[in-house]
Amino acid sequence: MKRNIFKKVYDWLDERYDLTPLIEFGKHKKVPVHEHTIWYYMGGVTLFLFLIQAFTGILLSMYYQPGPDSSYESLRFLLTKVRFGWLIRSIHSWSANLMIFFAFVHMFSTFFTRAYKKPRELTWVSGFILLSLALAFGFSGYLLPWNELAFFATKVGTEIVGAVPIVGPIIMKVLRGGSDVTGATIYRFYAIHITLLPAIFMLVLALHLVFVQKHGMSEPEHLANLPESKKKYIPFFPNFLLRDLILWLIVFDILVFLAVYYPWELGLKADPFAPAPAGIRPEWYFMFMFQTLKLLPGHVLFIEGEVLGILLFMVGGLAWMLVPFWALKERPGRRIQPMEFIGVAVLVYIGVMTILGYVL
Amino acid sequence: MKIGYLGILMSLFLGVGPLMAQSQDDDKTTNLQRLVEVDQCVACHIDEEALPEGLHENDIHLRVGLSCAGCHGGDPTSDDMDIAMDPARGYVGIPDKREVPRFCGKCHSDINFMRQFRPQVETDQEEQYYTSRHGKLLLKGDTKVAVCTDCHTSHAVFPASDPRSSVYPTNVPITCKKCHSDPDYMASYKIPTDQFEKYAESVHGQALLKKKDVGAPACNDCHGNHGALPPGVTSIGQVCGNCHINNLQYFQKTKMAEEFKKMDLHDCIECHGYHSVPPTNDDMVGVGEQSTCIDCHDEGDEGYKAAVQIRQLLLDLTTAIDSAKVLKKRVQIIGMDDLDIEYLLKDAHQQLIHARTVVHTFDPKQVEEKTKTGLERAKEAIQLALEEIKEYHRRRKGFLFATLFTTLLIIGLFIKLRQIESEQKSES
Repeated sequence: MKRNIFKKVYDWLDERYDLTPLIEFGKHKKVPVHEHTIWYYMGGVTLFLFLIQAFTGILLSMYYQPGPDSSYESLRFLLTKVRFGWLIRSIHSWSANLMIFFAFVHMFSTFFTRAYKKPRELTWVSGFILLSLALAFGFSGYLLPWNELAFFATKVGTEIVGAVPIVGPIIMKVLRGGSDVTGATIYRFYAIHITLLPAIFMLVLALHLVFVQKHGMSEPEHLANLPESKKKYIPFFPNFLLRDLILWLIVFDILVFLAVYYPWELGLKADPFAPAPAGIRPEWYFMFMFQTLKLLPGHVLFIEGEVLGILLFMVGGLAWMLVPFWALKERPGRRIQPMEFIGVAVLVYIGVMTILGYVL
Repeated sequence: MKIGYLGILMSLFLGVGPLMAQSQDDDKTTNLQRLVEVDQCVACHIDEEALPEGLHENDIHLRVGLSCAGCHGGDPTSDDMDIAMDPARGYVGIPDKREVPRFCGKCHSDINFMRQFRPQVETDQEEQYYTSRHGKLLLKGDTKVAVCTDCHTSHAVFPASDPRSSVYPTNVPITCKKCHSDPDYMASYKIPTDQFEKYAESVHGQALLKKKDVGAPACNDCHGNHGALPPGVTSIGQVCGNCHINNLQYFQKTKMAEEFKKMDLHDCIECHGYHSVPPTNDDMVGVGEQSTCIDCHDEGDEGYKAAVQIRQLLLDLTTAIDSAKVLKKRVQIIGMDDLDIEYLLKDAHQQLIHARTVVHTFDPKQVEEKTKTGLERAKEAIQLALEEIKEYHRRRKGFLFATLFTTLLIIGLFIKLRQIESEQKSES
């Protein structure tokens, strides 16, 4: 009886929307098995964390009231008076950080396995845009509790944006909603955080997923050249999906552990007239850029050190986004390929600068 | 059409901008410019570059339409110096210093005249002035003393509420200092000249001059304005009591107040000083180095014992409040509920303020009434903060239960996966 109803509903939908090819696609979708298969899961974990972000974000927005006199207070109410409000907020903050971490892991694994190569150029570009949007999510969300650290970090962050030649001062003013970080900045960041960014993110994410489905999983070159009979595959459904689910649950457990054992603190309310407290620093994922700007001399030749740094990051970011279009050719016989060298150099640079940022 | 819009925009930026600046400039010069056309005194004195020193074009008299002749007399309509400055036409020129109070009083003591400008204006300044030390000495022919123009200036007079005024609260000490801090000028009066120095370092001076808190007392708030006199021996307490009402009332009911009178001691200033009043602190009570009690009391006497007791009561309460504050901050940072702790702390602090006021009864029992309630509130706050911190850690135990469910689910899924894969193997 029950099966009959499902079949009827399916037939009704299939007749109108031609679902059978999609189901067939899912049934025959395969995932290659090799020594780098583990990296296939990173994108899924990032997606899972994004879903957690969306869900907890919606819950938070039911209590959060943006404004210089209400941001901190409403969050304090949520943390202290709403049942499990503290947990939802803590999960939202931890999940944001883990999402960006896994997005980085996903990006570098794609880079080192050269999965960005033809025909997946746009998958890489859309992935890079998603990472940039995730960073924008992090930056805009950081201010919303309106606590001391958030206020001054946003002040410094927007000042850096303001140092971009020509358009910088205008962008800074638009971001801040005036010449300084005030209540107007909270309203803007809130609007950007919960409407503009999610809308763009969902669109790019949809494209990214369509691209991934279209081309399937990228196989390492040595495997791609083997005859089909020597390749190993597992069905996407249910084998890969179940593995995905298990990993998601493990990540969820870790996430809840972090949220409970190291709950995200609320801090002290921002006071725009108070001097900046010691130890103002951005979130860890911005640290390498922040530290580089700090280490650059005041002037390099005729150009300001900070401006030069920002320009270099802009050029570097653009070059990284366009990697599939300029990637250096592999040189047979070489132990370390040129692109591997570039990737390692970038990783070492980010790692060293981040550590220096916390140590110095 | 597009050019039309562009034109409007351009005119907004290029046209209205300078126009607005122009109108502001107009405002700045109106008072004198307007007078030049109708007042020959102003016209000639500008031509001759002989305007009075320090003349401010927003001087209150100029602003209400009084020009030179309004005070100095004469005929401002004539450009003939002899006619304009004819004594027969009321010209008085620069008044002799001895005449200044009466010169200003012509208008300022006339209620019917002054009411035109401000319905509730005071007109007793001249009368009060002649009761002051300044006024009395002036009557005796001493022209070194301050007259109206010394404090208010001659041609840059502003209402006392205007920060540009020489008698605006934050400017009063500097105005008085001009004479009172000059040892040569004050030598013949044989009074100290370090008042400003002491005052500037005092709690009142710091509040007024540094923090710009115009609620803090300047010289005139204790010594009076126009009737400036040193506070008399019997009135010092009353002067302080204008602001510190409760402290004075508690003090006046004590045995010590009577003793002070008998011993010719001066109420508040015996412990707090006068021009150099330092910020008070709890160490002023007790028997420590900063104590003022031991200036008179010796070990073993009743007052000495009371001082020790009161100091201990205050110390107990401040220590408890400080501990509660530290815990409250921790609770706030970790995002736990600190609202009730804050209310309790406010209450405890209120009790501390009461206790510090009641110190002026010099009665440990009365002080204890306040500190006891304060201590109870502070202890409640500490207890509540500790509970919140405990709850923060208790949450971790909840994680173990939550994780049990997800771990079981992970194990279940893993078993299912193995089962599916072994079935797939056997099939192939």
